[in-house]
Amino acid sequence: MNTYLVPESLAVSDSGFLFLASTGETFTLNEIGKDIFKMLQGGDTREAIEQKILELYDVERATFVRDFDDFINQLSSFKLIRTK
Amino acid sequence: MNIAVTGLNATDNPGPGVPVIRSLRAAAEFSGRIIGLSYDSLDPGIYMENIADKSYLIPYPSSGLEPLFERIAYIHSREKLDVIIPTLDSELYGFIKLSERLRSLGIHTFLPTFDQLNLRAKDKLFDFCTVHSFKVPKNTLVSSLQDLHKIPNQFNYPVVVKGIFYDAYIAHNFNDVHAAFDKLRLKWGLPIIIQEHVTGDEFNVVALGDGSGASIGAVPMRKLYITDKGKGWAGVTVDDKALISLAADIVKALKWQSGLELEFIKSKETGEYFLLEINPRFPAWVHLATGAGQNLPYSLVKLARGEQVPQFKTYTIGTIFIRYSWDYITNMKEFEKLVVAGEK
Repeated sequence: MNTYLVPESLAVSDSGFLFLASTGETFTLNEIGKDIFKMLQGGDTREAIEQKILELYDVERATFVRDFDDFINQLSSFKLIRTK
Repeated sequence: MNIAVTGLNATDNPGPGVPVIRSLRAAAEFSGRIIGLSYDSLDPGIYMENIADKSYLIPYPSSGLEPLFERIAYIHSREKLDVIIPTLDSELYGFIKLSERLRSLGIHTFLPTFDQLNLRAKDKLFDFCTVHSFKVPKNTLVSSLQDLHKIPNQFNYPVVVKGIFYDAYIAHNFNDVHAAFDKLRLKWGLPIIIQEHVTGDEFNVVALGDGSGASIGAVPMRKLYITDKGKGWAGVTVDDKALISLAADIVKALKWQSGLELEFIKSKETGEYFLLEINPRFPAWVHLATGAGQNLPYSLVKLARGEQVPQFKTYTIGTIFIRYSWDYITNMKEFEKLVVAGEK
Protein backbone atom coordinates (compact mmCIF):
# COMPACT_ATOMS: atom_id res chain seq x y z
CA MET A 1 0.00 0.00 0.00
CA ASN A 2 1.54 3.28 -1.11
CA THR A 3 0.83 6.48 0.80
CA TYR A 4 2.36 9.84 0.18
CA LEU A 5 3.78 12.78 2.11
CA VAL A 6 2.88 16.31 1.05
CA PRO A 7 5.01 19.21 2.41
CA GLU A 8 3.29 21.16 5.18
CA SER A 9 4.08 24.42 3.43
CA LEU A 10 2.06 23.41 0.38
CA ALA A 11 -1.40 24.88 -0.03
CA VAL A 12 -3.92 23.92 -2.70
CA SER A 13 -6.89 26.15 -3.45
CA ASP A 14 -10.32 25.13 -4.74
CA SER A 15 -9.27 26.27 -8.21
CA GLY A 16 -6.38 23.80 -8.22
CA PHE A 17 -3.68 26.43 -7.66
CA LEU A 18 -0.69 25.11 -5.67
CA PHE A 19 1.62 27.41 -3.72
CA LEU A 20 4.74 25.95 -2.15
CA ALA A 21 5.41 28.54 0.56
CA SER A 22 8.94 27.34 1.30
CA THR A 23 10.19 28.11 -2.21
CA GLY A 24 7.58 30.49 -3.64
CA GLU A 25 6.85 28.12 -6.53
CA THR A 26 3.36 27.87 -7.97
CA PHE A 27 1.63 25.19 -10.04
CA THR A 28 -1.81 24.63 -11.50
CA LEU A 29 -3.76 21.39 -11.51
CA ASN A 30 -6.73 20.43 -13.63
CA GLU A 31 -9.95 19.22 -11.99
CA ILE A 32 -8.99 15.58 -11.62
CA GLY A 33 -5.43 16.50 -10.63
CA LYS A 34 -6.83 18.70 -7.87
CA ASP A 35 -9.10 15.89 -6.63
CA ILE A 36 -6.23 13.42 -6.55
CA PHE A 37 -3.92 15.92 -4.88
CA LYS A 38 -6.45 16.61 -2.13
CA MET A 39 -6.74 12.87 -1.56
CA LEU A 40 -2.96 12.59 -1.36
CA GLN A 41 -2.90 15.47 1.08
CA GLY A 42 -5.60 13.77 3.14
CA GLY A 43 -3.40 10.69 3.47
CA ASP A 44 -5.32 8.38 1.12
CA THR A 45 -3.46 5.33 -0.15
CA ARG A 46 -2.94 4.73 -3.84
CA GLU A 47 -5.54 1.98 -3.70
CA ALA A 48 -8.12 4.22 -2.02
CA ILE A 49 -7.51 6.97 -4.58
CA GLU A 50 -7.88 4.52 -7.44
CA GLN A 51 -11.20 3.32 -6.08
CA LYS A 52 -12.55 6.85 -5.63
CA ILE A 53 -11.44 8.09 -9.03
CA LEU A 54 -12.86 5.08 -10.85
CA GLU A 55 -16.14 5.79 -9.09
CA LEU A 56 -16.11 9.51 -9.76
CA TYR A 57 -14.83 9.59 -13.36
CA ASP A 58 -15.51 7.57 -16.49
CA VAL A 59 -12.02 6.14 -16.88
CA GLU A 60 -10.52 2.70 -17.58
CA ARG A 61 -8.39 1.25 -14.78
CA ALA A 62 -5.37 0.83 -17.09
CA THR A 63 -5.60 4.48 -18.13
CA PHE A 64 -5.88 5.58 -14.51
CA VAL A 65 -2.83 3.53 -13.48
CA ARG A 66 -0.70 4.97 -16.29
CA ASP A 67 -1.80 8.56 -15.70
CA PHE A 68 -1.58 8.28 -11.92
CA ASP A 69 2.01 7.04 -12.08
CA ASP A 70 2.88 9.84 -14.46
CA PHE A 71 1.23 12.39 -12.15
CA ILE A 72 3.05 11.05 -9.09
CA ASN A 73 6.36 11.19 -10.97
CA GLN A 74 5.73 14.79 -11.93
CA LEU A 75 4.78 15.77 -8.39
CA SER A 76 7.91 14.01 -7.08
CA SER A 77 10.16 15.75 -9.58
CA PHE A 78 8.89 19.11 -8.33
CA LYS A 79 9.34 17.95 -4.71
CA LEU A 80 5.61 18.35 -4.09
CA ILE A 81 5.28 14.84 -2.74
CA ARG A 82 7.29 11.95 -1.32
CA THR A 83 6.33 8.30 -1.22
CA LYS A 84 6.12 7.06 2.36
CA MET B 1 9.41 64.57 11.74
CA ASN B 2 11.35 65.37 8.59
CA ILE B 3 13.21 62.54 6.90
CA ALA B 4 15.63 62.85 3.99
CA VAL B 5 16.10 59.86 1.69
CA THR B 6 18.60 59.37 -1.14
CA GLY B 7 18.49 57.03 -4.14
CA LEU B 8 15.46 58.37 -6.01
CA ASN B 9 16.49 56.81 -9.30
CA ALA B 10 13.81 54.40 -10.46
CA THR B 11 15.09 53.08 -13.77
CA ASP B 12 15.62 49.45 -14.78
CA ASN B 13 18.23 49.30 -12.02
CA PRO B 14 16.14 51.09 -9.41
CA GLY B 15 17.47 52.69 -6.26
CA PRO B 16 15.85 51.91 -2.92
CA GLY B 17 14.83 55.54 -2.24
CA VAL B 18 11.30 55.46 -3.65
CA PRO B 19 10.31 52.18 -1.95
CA VAL B 20 11.86 53.37 1.31
CA ILE B 21 9.76 56.55 1.11
CA ARG B 22 6.62 54.56 0.27
CA SER B 23 7.24 52.47 3.39
CA LEU B 24 7.69 55.57 5.57
CA ARG B 25 4.46 57.01 4.25
CA ALA B 26 2.71 53.69 4.89
CA ALA B 27 3.49 53.89 8.62
CA ALA B 28 0.27 54.92 10.38
CA GLU B 29 2.14 56.95 13.00
CA PHE B 30 4.29 58.87 10.52
CA SER B 31 3.59 62.53 10.13
CA GLY B 32 6.04 64.96 8.67
CA ARG B 33 7.82 65.73 5.47
CA ILE B 34 9.91 63.59 3.19
CA ILE B 35 12.86 65.29 1.56
CA GLY B 36 14.37 63.66 -1.51
CA LEU B 37 18.14 63.93 -2.00
CA SER B 38 19.13 63.30 -5.56
CA TYR B 39 22.26 63.17 -7.71
CA ASP B 40 20.47 63.59 -11.02
CA SER B 41 17.79 66.02 -12.05
CA LEU B 42 16.04 63.26 -14.00
CA ASP B 43 15.61 60.89 -11.06
CA PRO B 44 11.95 59.85 -11.34
CA GLY B 45 11.41 59.94 -7.58
CA ILE B 46 11.78 63.73 -7.67
CA TYR B 47 8.72 64.09 -9.86
CA MET B 48 6.46 61.24 -8.72
CA GLU B 49 3.38 62.21 -6.76
CA ASN B 50 3.20 61.43 -3.04
CA ILE B 51 6.88 60.52 -2.83
CA ALA B 52 9.07 63.50 -1.88
CA ASP B 53 7.51 66.69 -0.54
CA LYS B 54 10.58 68.53 -1.71
CA SER B 55 13.75 67.39 -3.47
CA TYR B 56 17.28 68.75 -3.57
CA LEU B 57 20.21 67.90 -5.75
CA ILE B 58 23.28 66.90 -3.79
CA PRO B 59 26.89 66.55 -5.02
CA TYR B 60 28.22 63.13 -6.03
CA PRO B 61 30.30 61.38 -3.36
CA SER B 62 33.33 61.72 -5.65
CA SER B 63 33.14 65.51 -5.19
CA GLY B 64 34.38 65.09 -1.63
CA LEU B 65 32.79 65.19 1.78
CA GLU B 66 32.95 68.91 2.40
CA PRO B 67 30.67 69.92 -0.50
CA LEU B 68 28.23 67.19 0.58
CA PHE B 69 28.24 68.34 4.19
CA GLU B 70 27.77 71.97 3.20
CA ARG B 71 24.87 71.07 0.93
CA ILE B 72 23.19 69.02 3.65
CA ALA B 73 23.73 71.82 6.17
CA TYR B 74 21.99 74.19 3.74
CA ILE B 75 19.10 71.74 3.22
CA HIS B 76 18.87 71.27 6.98
CA SER B 77 18.63 75.04 7.47
CA ARG B 78 15.56 74.98 5.23
CA GLU B 79 13.96 71.68 6.19
CA LYS B 80 14.98 70.94 9.81
CA LEU B 81 15.92 67.35 9.07
CA ASP B 82 15.54 64.76 11.82
CA VAL B 83 16.87 61.71 10.00
CA ILE B 84 18.79 60.97 6.79
CA ILE B 85 18.53 57.53 5.20
CA PRO B 86 21.26 57.01 2.59
CA THR B 87 20.20 54.10 0.39
CA LEU B 88 23.04 53.68 -2.09
CA ASP B 89 26.19 51.60 -1.60
CA SER B 90 28.46 54.23 -3.11
CA GLU B 91 27.50 56.96 -0.63
CA LEU B 92 27.72 54.93 2.57
CA TYR B 93 31.39 55.60 3.33
CA GLY B 94 30.79 59.32 3.00
CA PHE B 95 27.71 59.36 5.19
CA ILE B 96 29.40 57.21 7.84
CA LYS B 97 32.28 59.66 7.90
CA LEU B 98 29.86 62.56 8.22
CA SER B 99 27.53 60.94 10.73
CA GLU B 100 29.06 62.63 13.81
CA ARG B 101 28.98 66.04 12.17
CA LEU B 102 25.42 65.46 11.04
CA ARG B 103 24.54 64.41 14.58
CA SER B 104 25.97 67.70 15.86
CA LEU B 105 23.47 69.46 13.59
CA GLY B 106 20.69 67.37 15.09
CA ILE B 107 20.40 64.95 12.16
CA HIS B 108 20.22 61.26 13.04
CA THR B 109 21.47 58.39 10.90
CA PHE B 110 21.47 54.64 11.51
CA LEU B 111 24.49 53.28 9.71
CA PRO B 112 27.00 50.45 10.06
CA THR B 113 30.55 51.13 11.17
CA PHE B 114 33.43 51.10 8.69
CA ASP B 115 34.52 47.74 10.07
CA GLN B 116 31.07 46.25 9.56
CA LEU B 117 30.93 47.69 6.08
CA ASN B 118 34.33 46.23 5.20
CA LEU B 119 33.61 42.77 6.62
CA ARG B 120 30.88 42.18 4.06
CA ALA B 121 32.68 43.74 1.09
CA LYS B 122 32.73 41.52 -1.99
CA ASP B 123 36.46 40.81 -1.63
CA LYS B 124 36.14 40.01 2.11
CA LEU B 125 32.91 38.01 2.13
CA PHE B 126 34.57 34.64 1.63
CA ASP B 127 36.80 35.14 4.68
CA PHE B 128 33.90 36.41 6.79
CA CYS B 129 31.81 33.36 5.90
CA THR B 130 34.67 30.96 6.50
CA VAL B 131 35.34 32.39 9.98
CA HIS B 132 31.67 32.12 10.92
CA SER B 133 30.97 28.80 9.14
CA PHE B 134 28.44 30.22 6.70
CA LYS B 135 28.32 28.37 3.39
CA VAL B 136 29.77 30.49 0.60
CA PRO B 137 30.86 29.60 -2.94
CA LYS B 138 34.59 29.09 -3.22
CA ASN B 139 36.20 32.24 -4.55
CA THR B 140 39.51 33.82 -5.33
CA LEU B 141 40.68 37.34 -6.08
CA VAL B 142 42.43 38.06 -9.34
CA SER B 143 44.64 41.11 -9.64
CA SER B 144 46.66 40.30 -12.73
CA LEU B 145 46.74 38.21 -15.90
CA GLN B 146 49.17 35.90 -14.13
CA ASP B 147 46.56 35.21 -11.46
CA LEU B 148 43.99 34.66 -14.17
CA HIS B 149 45.99 31.86 -15.75
CA LYS B 150 45.84 29.90 -12.49
CA ILE B 151 42.04 29.72 -12.67
CA PRO B 152 41.73 26.53 -14.77
CA ASN B 153 43.62 24.64 -12.06
CA GLN B 154 41.47 25.97 -9.23
CA PHE B 155 37.90 25.83 -10.56
CA ASN B 156 35.60 23.76 -12.71
CA TYR B 157 33.58 25.67 -15.31
CA PRO B 158 31.28 27.46 -15.33
CA VAL B 159 32.55 30.12 -12.92
CA VAL B 160 31.13 33.51 -12.00
CA VAL B 161 33.38 36.50 -12.75
CA LYS B 162 32.43 39.48 -10.59
CA GLY B 163 33.48 43.11 -10.49
CA ILE B 164 34.70 44.48 -7.19
CA PHE B 165 31.68 46.79 -6.93
CA TYR B 166 29.12 45.60 -9.46
CA ASP B 167 28.41 43.36 -12.47
CA ALA B 168 28.91 39.64 -12.88
CA TYR B 169 29.30 37.28 -15.81
CA ILE B 170 29.04 33.53 -16.04
CA ALA B 171 32.06 32.13 -17.86
CA HIS B 172 32.02 28.67 -19.44
CA ASN B 173 35.67 28.52 -20.48
CA PHE B 174 38.93 30.38 -20.10
CA ASN B 175 38.20 32.69 -23.04
CA ASP B 176 34.96 33.79 -21.36
CA VAL B 177 36.86 34.41 -18.11
CA HIS B 178 39.46 36.48 -19.94
CA ALA B 179 36.81 38.57 -21.74
CA ALA B 180 34.89 39.19 -18.50
CA PHE B 181 38.13 40.05 -16.68
CA ASP B 182 38.94 42.73 -19.27
CA LYS B 183 35.45 44.24 -19.16
CA LEU B 184 35.28 44.34 -15.38
CA ARG B 185 38.84 45.57 -14.93
CA LEU B 186 38.20 48.53 -17.20
CA LYS B 187 34.85 49.38 -15.64
CA TRP B 188 35.38 48.74 -11.93
CA GLY B 189 39.10 48.22 -11.47
CA LEU B 190 40.95 45.40 -9.73
CA PRO B 191 40.70 42.92 -8.14
CA ILE B 192 38.22 40.76 -10.00
CA ILE B 193 36.46 38.01 -8.09
CA ILE B 194 36.26 34.51 -9.53
CA GLN B 195 33.55 32.50 -7.82
CA GLU B 196 32.42 28.90 -8.00
CA HIS B 197 29.08 28.69 -9.81
CA VAL B 198 26.48 27.08 -7.55
CA THR B 199 23.41 25.91 -9.43
CA GLY B 200 20.08 26.54 -7.79
CA ASP B 201 17.36 29.07 -7.06
CA GLU B 202 18.06 32.58 -5.79
CA PHE B 203 16.57 33.74 -2.53
CA ASN B 204 17.03 37.16 -0.97
CA VAL B 205 16.38 38.39 2.54
CA VAL B 206 15.82 41.97 3.61
CA ALA B 207 16.61 42.56 7.28
CA LEU B 208 17.23 45.29 9.82
CA GLY B 209 19.92 44.92 12.47
CA ASP B 210 19.82 47.04 15.64
CA GLY B 211 23.59 47.15 16.10
CA SER B 212 23.64 44.84 19.11
CA GLY B 213 23.47 41.66 17.03
CA ALA B 214 19.69 41.38 17.06
CA SER B 215 17.48 41.44 13.98
CA ILE B 216 14.44 43.67 14.24
CA GLY B 217 12.89 41.86 11.31
CA ALA B 218 13.68 39.76 8.26
CA VAL B 219 11.62 38.86 5.22
CA PRO B 220 12.79 36.28 2.66
CA MET B 221 11.80 36.57 -0.98
CA ARG B 222 12.19 34.46 -4.09
CA LYS B 223 12.51 36.31 -7.37
CA LEU B 224 9.76 35.33 -9.77
CA TYR B 225 10.96 37.40 -12.71
CA ILE B 226 14.52 38.49 -13.37
CA THR B 227 15.53 41.13 -15.92
CA ASP B 228 18.52 40.81 -18.19
CA LYS B 229 20.38 42.96 -15.63
CA GLY B 230 19.67 40.33 -13.00
CA LYS B 231 17.19 42.56 -11.16
CA GLY B 232 14.13 41.02 -9.57
CA TRP B 233 11.10 42.48 -11.34
CA ALA B 234 8.63 40.34 -9.41
CA GLY B 235 9.01 38.33 -6.24
CA VAL B 236 7.12 36.52 -3.52
CA THR B 237 7.64 36.22 0.22
CA VAL B 238 8.43 32.64 1.20
CA ASP B 239 8.26 30.61 4.37
CA ASP B 240 11.63 29.14 5.20
CA LYS B 241 12.61 29.13 8.84
CA ALA B 242 16.11 27.87 8.06
CA LEU B 243 16.70 30.89 5.84
CA ILE B 244 15.41 33.35 8.43
CA SER B 245 17.53 31.72 11.09
CA LEU B 246 20.58 31.92 8.83
CA ALA B 247 19.87 35.61 8.15
CA ALA B 248 19.62 36.26 11.90
CA ASP B 249 22.96 34.50 12.44
CA ILE B 250 24.63 36.68 9.81
CA VAL B 251 23.18 39.90 11.28
CA LYS B 252 24.43 38.73 14.68
CA ALA B 253 27.92 37.89 13.40
CA LEU B 254 28.19 41.36 11.82
CA LYS B 255 26.38 43.14 14.68
CA TRP B 256 24.87 44.96 11.76
CA GLN B 257 23.41 48.38 12.39
CA SER B 258 21.11 49.40 9.53
CA GLY B 259 19.11 47.73 6.80
CA LEU B 260 20.70 45.11 4.60
CA GLU B 261 19.98 42.61 1.88
CA LEU B 262 21.35 39.08 1.90
CA GLU B 263 21.57 37.26 -1.41
CA PHE B 264 21.60 33.46 -1.33
CA ILE B 265 21.52 30.60 -3.75
CA LYS B 266 19.93 27.34 -2.66
CA SER B 267 22.01 24.52 -4.06
CA LYS B 268 20.01 22.26 -6.35
CA GLU B 269 22.25 19.38 -5.31
CA THR B 270 22.27 19.69 -1.52
CA GLY B 271 19.48 22.12 -0.66
CA GLU B 272 21.98 24.21 1.34
CA TYR B 273 21.98 28.00 1.20
CA PHE B 274 25.16 29.65 -0.06
CA LEU B 275 25.65 33.32 0.71
CA LEU B 276 26.47 35.26 -2.45
CA GLU B 277 26.43 38.84 -1.26
CA ILE B 278 25.59 41.14 1.62
CA ASN B 279 24.33 44.48 0.35
CA PRO B 280 24.79 47.14 3.03
CA ARG B 281 21.43 48.88 2.63
CA PHE B 282 17.79 48.13 1.98
CA PRO B 283 17.11 46.65 -1.45
CA ALA B 284 14.81 48.23 -4.04
CA TRP B 285 12.21 45.56 -3.16
CA VAL B 286 12.05 46.59 0.53
CA HIS B 287 8.46 47.76 0.15
CA LEU B 288 7.48 44.10 -0.24
CA ALA B 289 8.47 43.58 3.40
CA THR B 290 6.24 46.50 4.38
CA GLY B 291 3.40 44.99 2.35
CA ALA B 292 3.97 41.69 4.13
CA GLY B 293 3.74 43.31 7.57
CA GLN B 294 7.30 44.36 8.43
CA ASN B 295 7.86 48.06 7.89
CA LEU B 296 11.62 47.91 8.24
CA PRO B 297 12.38 51.43 6.91
CA TYR B 298 10.12 53.04 9.50
CA SER B 299 11.66 50.87 12.22
CA LEU B 300 15.06 52.13 11.08
CA VAL B 301 13.86 55.72 11.54
CA LYS B 302 12.77 54.92 15.10
CA LEU B 303 16.08 53.23 15.87
CA ALA B 304 17.93 56.24 14.45
CA ARG B 305 16.01 58.45 16.87
CA GLY B 306 16.96 56.20 19.78
CA GLU B 307 13.53 54.71 20.27
CA GLN B 308 12.89 51.14 21.38
CA VAL B 309 11.68 49.02 18.49
CA PRO B 310 10.03 45.64 19.04
CA GLN B 311 11.09 42.71 16.88
CA PHE B 312 8.76 41.63 14.13
CA LYS B 313 7.69 38.02 14.64
CA THR B 314 5.66 37.32 11.52
CA TYR B 315 5.02 38.41 7.97
CA THR B 316 2.46 37.40 5.37
CA ILE B 317 3.74 34.51 3.29
CA GLY B 318 2.81 34.62 -0.39
CA THR B 319 2.85 38.42 -0.69
CA ILE B 320 3.92 39.34 -4.21
CA PHE B 321 5.48 42.43 -5.73
CA ILE B 322 5.32 43.12 -9.43
CA ARG B 323 7.33 46.11 -10.55
CA TYR B 324 6.24 48.19 -13.50
CA SER B 325 7.47 51.16 -15.46
CA TRP B 326 5.34 54.24 -15.84
CA ASP B 327 5.70 57.27 -18.05
CA TYR B 328 5.31 60.20 -15.73
CA ILE B 329 4.31 63.38 -17.54
CA THR B 330 5.59 66.67 -16.20
CA ASN B 331 6.54 70.00 -17.71
CA MET B 332 9.70 71.90 -18.40
CA LYS B 333 9.10 74.30 -15.49
CA GLU B 334 9.43 71.46 -12.98
CA PHE B 335 12.63 70.24 -14.60
CA GLU B 336 13.94 73.80 -14.78
CA LYS B 337 13.56 74.24 -11.01
CA LEU B 338 15.86 71.32 -10.38
CA VAL B 339 18.41 72.23 -13.00
CA VAL B 340 18.63 75.93 -12.15
CA ALA B 341 17.98 76.08 -8.42
CA GLY B 342 18.93 72.49 -7.51
CA GLU B 343 15.66 72.03 -5.64
CA LYS B 344 11.96 71.76 -6.24
